[in-house]
Amino acid sequence: MYRSHVLICGGTGCTSSHSAEICEALEAELKAKGLENEVKVVKTGCFGLCALGPIMIVYPEGCFYSEVKVENVPEIVEEHLLKGRIVKHLLYDETVHKDEIKPLKETNFYKKQHRIALRNCGVIDPENIEEYIAMDGYQALAKCLTEMTPDEVIQVVKDSGLRGRGGGGFPTGLKWSFTAKNSADQKYVVCNADEGDPGAFMDRSVLEGDPHCVLEAMAICGYATGASEGYIYVRAEYPIAVHRLEIAIKQARENGLLGKNIFNSGFDFDIFVRLGAGAFVCGEETALMTSIEGNRGEPRPRPPYPAVKGLFAKPTTENNVETFANIPQIILHGAEYFSSMGTEKSAGTKVFALGGKINNTGLVEVPMGTTLREIIEDIGGGVPNGKKFKAAQTGGPSGGCIPASLIDTPIDYDNLTAIGCMMGSGGLIVMDEDNCMVDIAKFFLDFTVDESCGKCTPCRIGTKRMRELLEKITDGKATLDDLDELETLAHYIKENSLCGLGQTAPNPVLATLRFFKDEYIAHIVDKKCPAGVCKKLVSYSIDADKCKGCTACARKCPVGAISGAIKSPHSIDTSKCVKCGVCMETCRFGAIVKK
Amino acid sequence: MKTLEELMAIRDRAKADMTDRGGEGDSIRVVVGMATCGIAAGARPVLNAFVDEIAKRNLRNVTVTQTGCIGMCQYEPIVEVIRPGEEKVTYVKMTADKVPTVVADHIVNGNPVAEYTVGAVVKD
Repeated sequence: MYRSHVLICGGTGCTSSHSAEICEALEAELKAKGLENEVKVVKTGCFGLCALGPIMIVYPEGCFYSEVKVENVPEIVEEHLLKGRIVKHLLYDETVHKDEIKPLKETNFYKKQHRIALRNCGVIDPENIEEYIAMDGYQALAKCLTEMTPDEVIQVVKDSGLRGRGGGGFPTGLKWSFTAKNSADQKYVVCNADEGDPGAFMDRSVLEGDPHCVLEAMAICGYATGASEGYIYVRAEYPIAVHRLEIAIKQARENGLLGKNIFNSGFDFDIFVRLGAGAFVCGEETALMTSIEGNRGEPRPRPPYPAVKGLFAKPTTENNVETFANIPQIILHGAEYFSSMGTEKSAGTKVFALGGKINNTGLVEVPMGTTLREIIEDIGGGVPNGKKFKAAQTGGPSGGCIPASLIDTPIDYDNLTAIGCMMGSGGLIVMDEDNCMVDIAKFFLDFTVDESCGKCTPCRIGTKRMRELLEKITDGKATLDDLDELETLAHYIKENSLCGLGQTAPNPVLATLRFFKDEYIAHIVDKKCPAGVCKKLVSYSIDADKCKGCTACARKCPVGAISGAIKSPHSIDTSKCVKCGVCMETCRFGAIVKK
Repeated sequence: MKTLEELMAIRDRAKADMTDRGGEGDSIRVVVGMATCGIAAGARPVLNAFVDEIAKRNLRNVTVTQTGCIGMCQYEPIVEVIRPGEEKVTYVKMTADKVPTVVADHIVNGNPVAEYTVGAVVKD
């Protein structure tokens, strides 16, 4: 038995800020002090508060050390782990209150969260199956195989009200029942871990922090639908997730939790990992299955739906990682437990990846129906530098934006659809007054133009034409007719594209047009970018009253556009200026004006 | 894995190793003074004895932590046992030999071992 457990985040975020080195240094330091048999070091998955990484939690005290560096390790070992004196200056500020240490779950970031899909992330060692079992892991599978019929399993999932967390929001139980009623010699379960939206990382974190829960859920799905094989399609650019999945599958096989005759029930199930090369279109279910089959990842028309003719032309159930992550808890605690959370038509919780202009970048899981304000202001800690919140982009390149005026909208599938937005997979990018909405729309369209597979014309050519129109607008060369054309084209692409990629690609444009049409008009009519982002529409000048003639800006200007004598006001030659903004950053007197 | 019993056996064993995590407020706390004075007087073997004894008895709701100098250096090693909702009990001049008695009588059965407490020892 260990008297103390030190949990270090081994998710991608913290790993990139050297948590693995911290882990090694800690183990070496513990050994040097002879504490290696008293203190256990556990590398976990993501804790969620990525902005403060690398994160280290020391139990039993529950001390939350944030932004730990390798050089802090000796102090933590010597003071805390050996002598029992908590190193207060390294703790997360918010957990220290008048010399008392608040439990993590009472901090603003965690207080309003309710973790189901992320319940084990940051709690267990994802590379140790026993820790998952200790958290009631594989009990749901045992319950299904020994006490329930496949129909009963499907009924529980149906009654729970769980809807697909990948973005579409299709009822999961219904999806399972479609596959179940088709008879075939072979059926499949596919887990979609091809998380492609820029700024979304919840699936990665679940796979990294709790891979066994996905395996367990896939086996349950296999039992319910009559499938004996499962495939996890995960991007190769998630090396930690792939590595932990492979370890988890190996351990599950060794323990007889995958393979033949699981729990002596006669049910066989095994899981294989397939790596994707990172094409956005492969997140679309038919393209994903085509890619697993070894072909070029392109979508095909539906019907036939995967439940009839899916992977290798056999009936297939395809669900997203987060959807699966909810299943074991639903089976263990019953449909009622899950449906009592969230809103009437959107049960349970949703994981959001908070990013952009927000203080607490990270991963949060909240009950459906939580307002955007609670997520951004309470959990996310608000917009940094006292700037004003302008809009939040949900669902990445397939989604839309929620403007500040709708910040009190309770977030669930139907409310978001009603305001012309989309839940998407859960990326939530916060934007402040310095973001230009036309530029944001152009950014996402750049992405879809690159990622369009090219199979159907509306998407391949249409998105390109849309981007050209947006460029015209941000260059200040567009007319109001162009704006109409943009809108018409957007609707045409939406209605005529083959798959979800094209059907949703115009969403960022349509949503920004809906809520921020004045910004588009400012670009077109006034030839101005209100946020000062679009370079061609911005000009820099020097306020002669404020300029002290210190020459700092003139020395920094990369193109020599600034001239003036020492101690007298300078000026900018706009014909030479490349609008890089260096002068503005350099000036200590606030004399540079951007218009 | 063929039976639910096998699964539950693994769960119980693994769970016992993880009780420290998530530190709920209702556990019994054993706090060992581990400042320089405590360590010099032999607090480490006492600490280890507590950990071993608790593991041996498979006690789930007990955490062992250290603290700094309690202020009575001549009575080190000092150990405080805090049961939720009760006054804390301070044991002084502890040794590894005394630990099994404290665990059995006080932690398991709720009867403080009066003869080892600060009240009894300091009077002498």
